[in-house]
Amino acid sequence: MSGSIPASPSVEAIGPAAATAPRATAPLSPSREAWRRFRKHRLAVISLVVLALIVLGVLAGPLLWPTPIDAIDFTSMLQGPSWAHPCGTDAIGQDLLARLMYGGKISLAVGVAAMLVAVFVGMLIGAISGMASGRLDAALMWVTDMFLSLPQLPLLLLLIYLFRPALQSVLGEQGGIFVLIVVVIGGLRWMPLARLVRAQFLSLREKEFVEAARALGASKLRLVVRHIMPNAMGPAIVAGTIEVANAIIAESTLSFLGVGFPPDVPSWGRMLYDSQDYLQIAPHWALFPGSAIFLAVLSINFIGDGLRDAFDPRRVI
Amino acid sequence: MSRSYLLRRITLAIPSLLAISVILYTILALAPGDPLGDIATNPNVPPAVQLALRAKLGLDDPIWQRYLHWLVAMLQGDWGFSFTSHENVATLIMQRLPVSLALFGCSEVLAVLVAVPVGVLGAARPYSLFDMITNTIAFFGFSLPTFFTGLVLILVFSIKLGWFPFVFESNVTAHGLAWWWIEFKQSIMPIAVIGLFQGASLVRYVRSSMLDVIRLDYVTTARSKGIGSRRVLIRHVVRNGLIPVVTLVAVQLPQIFGATIITEQIFRVPGIGSLLISSILAADTPVVMAVTFVYACLVVLLNLIADMLYVWLDPRIALR
Repeated sequence: MSGSIPASPSVEAIGPAAATAPRATAPLSPSREAWRRFRKHRLAVISLVVLALIVLGVLAGPLLWPTPIDAIDFTSMLQGPSWAHPCGTDAIGQDLLARLMYGGKISLAVGVAAMLVAVFVGMLIGAISGMASGRLDAALMWVTDMFLSLPQLPLLLLLIYLFRPALQSVLGEQGGIFVLIVVVIGGLRWMPLARLVRAQFLSLREKEFVEAARALGASKLRLVVRHIMPNAMGPAIVAGTIEVANAIIAESTLSFLGVGFPPDVPSWGRMLYDSQDYLQIAPHWALFPGSAIFLAVLSINFIGDGLRDAFDPRRVI
Repeated sequence: MSRSYLLRRITLAIPSLLAISVILYTILALAPGDPLGDIATNPNVPPAVQLALRAKLGLDDPIWQRYLHWLVAMLQGDWGFSFTSHENVATLIMQRLPVSLALFGCSEVLAVLVAVPVGVLGAARPYSLFDMITNTIAFFGFSLPTFFTGLVLILVFSIKLGWFPFVFESNVTAHGLAWWWIEFKQSIMPIAVIGLFQGASLVRYVRSSMLDVIRLDYVTTARSKGIGSRRVLIRHVVRNGLIPVVTLVAVQLPQIFGATIITEQIFRVPGIGSLLISSILAADTPVVMAVTFVYACLVVLLNLIADMLYVWLDPRIALR
C-alpha cells in the first residue's frame, strides 16, 4: 500500500495516454504545431499572402514605379486609371499609385509602431498588476477600467489638437506628427492587452512549473521573464496583431478628419480626406486608398483570427 | 433590483467621472501655449497689465485650485463661450445633442436587430454553411472603416442612383408624413453605416455567448424533455445567452461614439460629433473641451444604465 497511491490519479492515468495518443508521427515543436494549426485557417493563410503582397508592394513598389509622389501635372488632372497612371491622378495631376505606395508605408509604419507602444505599456501594466496582488493590482485595474471608459476618438482629437504645434516645432513637421500619432494611439489602446496579460499572469503564477522554479530559488524577475512571460505570449501576440489593424484604422480616421498627417504626406486616410470633394467626378481617387485600408485591415484581422486558432491548444479545429 | 445596489453603482460612477475630468484638465494644463494667446505675445500690452490680467483670471494659482474652479464652473453649466461663434457653449451643445443621440440610438437598434438573429442562428448550427458565411461577412463588416463605407454609400446611393441626399438637412420645412419621409431618406445612410459596423462586431459576441450557453446541462435537459428545438433556442438559450451581450455593448460604446463622430462629419449631420471636428479645425478650445467632456459623461452614464439592465436581467449579480 505504501507509496502505491499516486498523488493525483487522474494526471497519472490520463497524462501518458493523452501525450502519446494524438502523436502517431514524430512529435512537433510548439512553433511547428502552431503553424500546422494556423494553416488550417484558410482565410488566414490567404490573408498572410495578401498582407505580404501589400508590404512588398509598399516597400519595393517605388523601385519599379519611380514616379515622384509630388510631381504636379496640370495636363492630367482627376484622370481615371490608365497606362500612364494605373490608379489615376488627383486634383493637381499627382500620380495616385506612387502616393498609394508612399501612404502605405506611412500607414503600416504607424500601425506597427503604435502596436508596439500599446503592447509595451499593456504588458508592463498587466505584468505588474498580475504579479503584485492587493492594493497595487486594484489601483492599476481601476486606472485601466478608467481608460477603457474614456471616449477614444474625441480624446485622440483633443490630444493631437493641443500638442501638435509644440511637437512639430521640436521634431519637424512630419516627425512630430508621426511620433504624436503613434504615442497617442498606442497610449489609448493598451487597456485590453493589460487585462489580458494580467489574467494570464494570475493563472500562470500558480502553476506547478512556476512553483518549481520558485522553489529552485529563481528571483521574481527571472520568474516573470523566463517562465511566465513566454507562456503568456500567445494571447498577447493575437491581441497585438489585431492592434495593428486598429491602429491603422485610427490613423486613417485622424487623417480623414483632417487632423492627422499634413497634405504633403499622403497617408491613406489623408488621400481619402482630399478626395471627398471630388467624389462625383473622380471616384477612383477615394476608392483606391479606401480599398487599400480595407484590404490591409481585413487581412490583419484574419491573420489575428488564425493566430488565435494556432495559439489556443484547447481549441479543437 | 435593490435600491442599495443602485446607490452603490451611482457612487462608483462619480469617482470615475471625476477622474475623467482630472485627465481632461491635466491634458489641457499640460498642453503648450499660453491661454492668454495673443495678449501674451502682444508687445503693446505692458507687462504690468499682463500680470494683473493673469492674477485676475487666476492663471498663477496652484493647479489644483484652477482645476477646482474649472470643475465648479463645468458642474454649474457655465461652459464658457465659443471662440468662433461667440455663443454659449452649453446652448450650442444642447442644440446638437438630440440629433446625435437619435442617430446613436437608431443605429444601435439596427445593430441589435441585425446581430441577434444572425448570431443566434449561427450558434444554433456552429460551423454550418450559414455560420461560416455570416462569420466571414462579419469580419468584412468590422474591417471596413466607417469613413470608407460612408463614402462608398454616398457614391452608390447618392451620386450614381440618386436615391438619398448626401447632405443632411437640419431644417426640414415639410410637415406630417412628408417630414418623416424626408428625415427617413436623409438619415438612412448614416444609420446604416454605424449600425452595420456595430452589428458586425456584435454578431461574433452574440454567437460566442450563445455557444457558451448552448452547451450547458439545462439546455440538454430541456431537449431531452422533448421540447422543440426552436422553443429551446428561444425560451432557454437566447434569454440567458443575451445577458452578457448587454455588457459587451456597453464596453464597445467608446468605439461607437468614434463611429458616430466620423459619420456625422461625412454626412454633415449637425450633431455634437461634427461640432467637435469643426471646433478642432477652428482651434475653438472651450467647445472642444466641453464636447469631449459630454462624450465622457455619456459613456459613464450609458455604462451605468447597462449595469442596471444587467442586474435587472440577472438578479444574481447584485448579490455578489
